[in-house]
Amino acid sequence: MVLALLNILVPVIGALVALAWRSERSRPLWLPVVAAVHLAVTISAVVAHPQPSAGRWLMLDPPGRLVLLLVSTLFAVVSVYGVGYLRERFERPNRIFCACLMLFLGMMTFIVWAHHLGLMWVALEATTLSAGPLLYFNRNARSLEATWKYLMVGSVGIALALLGSFFLGYAAVQAGGEPSLLFDDLVRNAPGFSKPWLQAAFVLLVVGYGTKMGLAPMHTWKPDAYGEAPGIVGALMAGALTSCAFLALSRVFHVLTAAGEGAFAGPILVVLGLFSMAVASVFTVRQRDLKRMLAYSSVEHMGILAFGLGLGGSGIFGAFLHMLNNGIIKGVMFLSAGNIHRAYDSKYVEDVSGALRRVPWSGALFLAGFFAVTGSPPFGPFVSELSILNAAMEQHRWGVAAAMLGLLLVVFMGMGVTVLGVVQGEAAPSSSQSRFRDGVLNTLPALVLLAMSFGMGVAMPDAIQSMVREAADYVGGRR
Amino acid sequence: MAAAGAAVLVLVLLQNLFLLGASRLRTIIYVVAAQGVVLSTLPALLHGGLGGQEIVVGAVTLFLKGVVIPRMLIRALADLPIRREVEPLVGFKTCLGLGAIATSGSIYLATILPLAPLGGGPEHMVVATSFATMLTGFLLLTTRVKALTQVLGYLVLENGIYIFGLLLLKTTTFLVEVGVLLDLFVAIFVMGIIINHISREFTSVNTERLATLKD
Repeated sequence: MVLALLNILVPVIGALVALAWRSERSRPLWLPVVAAVHLAVTISAVVAHPQPSAGRWLMLDPPGRLVLLLVSTLFAVVSVYGVGYLRERFERPNRIFCACLMLFLGMMTFIVWAHHLGLMWVALEATTLSAGPLLYFNRNARSLEATWKYLMVGSVGIALALLGSFFLGYAAVQAGGEPSLLFDDLVRNAPGFSKPWLQAAFVLLVVGYGTKMGLAPMHTWKPDAYGEAPGIVGALMAGALTSCAFLALSRVFHVLTAAGEGAFAGPILVVLGLFSMAVASVFTVRQRDLKRMLAYSSVEHMGILAFGLGLGGSGIFGAFLHMLNNGIIKGVMFLSAGNIHRAYDSKYVEDVSGALRRVPWSGALFLAGFFAVTGSPPFGPFVSELSILNAAMEQHRWGVAAAMLGLLLVVFMGMGVTVLGVVQGEAAPSSSQSRFRDGVLNTLPALVLLAMSFGMGVAMPDAIQSMVREAADYVGGRR
Repeated sequence: MAAAGAAVLVLVLLQNLFLLGASRLRTIIYVVAAQGVVLSTLPALLHGGLGGQEIVVGAVTLFLKGVVIPRMLIRALADLPIRREVEPLVGFKTCLGLGAIATSGSIYLATILPLAPLGGGPEHMVVATSFATMLTGFLLLTTRVKALTQVLGYLVLENGIYIFGLLLLKTTTFLVEVGVLLDLFVAIFVMGIIINHISREFTSVNTERLATLKD
């Protein structure tokens, strides 16, 4: 209980302090401080297996433990980058930005801890709202358009998720007795729920939380938002927020499988997953805009997550593992892409070439990140994508396995052309003479994340593996 | 009580149709505010009595949907150079027709769905009104081009979901209901600020102008 409140309130209080902080120059230094405290609380919560709060409103379930660790670690590493980034962008006031970053962290933590269907929804909506000012940091027409689309699409999506939550609650009401919207009660009572309401609830919740994840065809806000957001915001949204939305989806899926509706819910997720990969493969090919390319890569990986979850069985293990790997590597990609963007004052492939010469560290990180994110060994995503593929083949679903493999290959080639064009060759003489160059603060965080991804691929720590196993067994109903 | 509840729900349905045909933004805001006021009476009417929970949810609804949010929108409107929604993507008459179809479809749908009895209350009517209001919100959201009208459409959509949520008032803790309303308030607040920036940046609040970002 104390750990839960500390974990949620530390960033919220941090945000209030940031609002009161007077000096523009020193305010960003507060970010890593709060992040470090948050990470310390997170680690003690993950290790301690704390008791649920009174009334079980706040509770850390095994999948939540995994997401919490990912979110907190990613934020801690990225916050160091934030110090350097905001020093570069001293011309922009950063009061709101710093406060919203921490509020965003607090609300993501809240999603993880919330064990009540409605409470989790409230926290998810709060992340949408705190992300708005983060997207609008650059205060120009393009970021304004992206923010508006994000707010409208995100709010409508999340409104449908609210309706889905109500439907799920109504399915429980119809079952009679004293209905409760706590997740473990929902799972326990699920077999008696009214089937039509349960199925309608699942469809709405998939649309709603799928919008937050960015599953196609609800992904339309994503390229715009990630394309215009600062790299640090892109890293947190693509790595951490989408993982929280996936957590929400997996909790709902858990209820459905407990109700014996796995055969209804699974195929929906598999089809949406494949469709997301297909959309991503179409739009990554010949993509001119680096950051939009990363957004479509995120759509692809959300598709892989939904696909793995929908397969069930060992696919769920692969999906949770892939959630970690995707979160880590998205940090590398967005941070290094942000550096390249600044070094050339452009994110379009026609202006950017020879990044390995102009910003050697960032260029190399971007290249290595590309290989990792497309599932090349020896990085983490290779292992998790392989285990999802394996799950499909174990179930003798050769068609979907082949489709996944084929789409991954197309994305690899599509991104490859763009990425190689960016890092290789000479910088065009006409390209902007930005004075931005590699430094410790803007490359070390991405390097740390890349090392983590490497570690996950070569020698995954046993502790992490058993946590993923526990999460998969919990959602898969084997416990 | 059940009869009064049903009468209030019919009022909500009429307000929906009015919204689909109205073009003056100020009028639309006032009708949405009136809908908020009407909705605030439903917790007590549908659950037959004034428990603590009904009073709190009703009062918060009245305060936010009936007073605070409409005032915010009126203020946002005062800063904008527009008064009317002109040239919607789908005409007002067509919208009204679609609204009528949506309403009758919702009523039909509510009669075939399996519903749990609501203490003698008009549960079919609640579900029908909820669906019709959501569809009205969607229509406003998708056929209007002014950013402010889209926000109003989002509000009406939320109203529809709110009506459905009333079926669960005894189940969901009121903390959650209040949390939902609070999120809605902040959402409208943030959207209001963004509209203001859109107006300054593009000297227009037509969302059709927001079409730079594409593949």
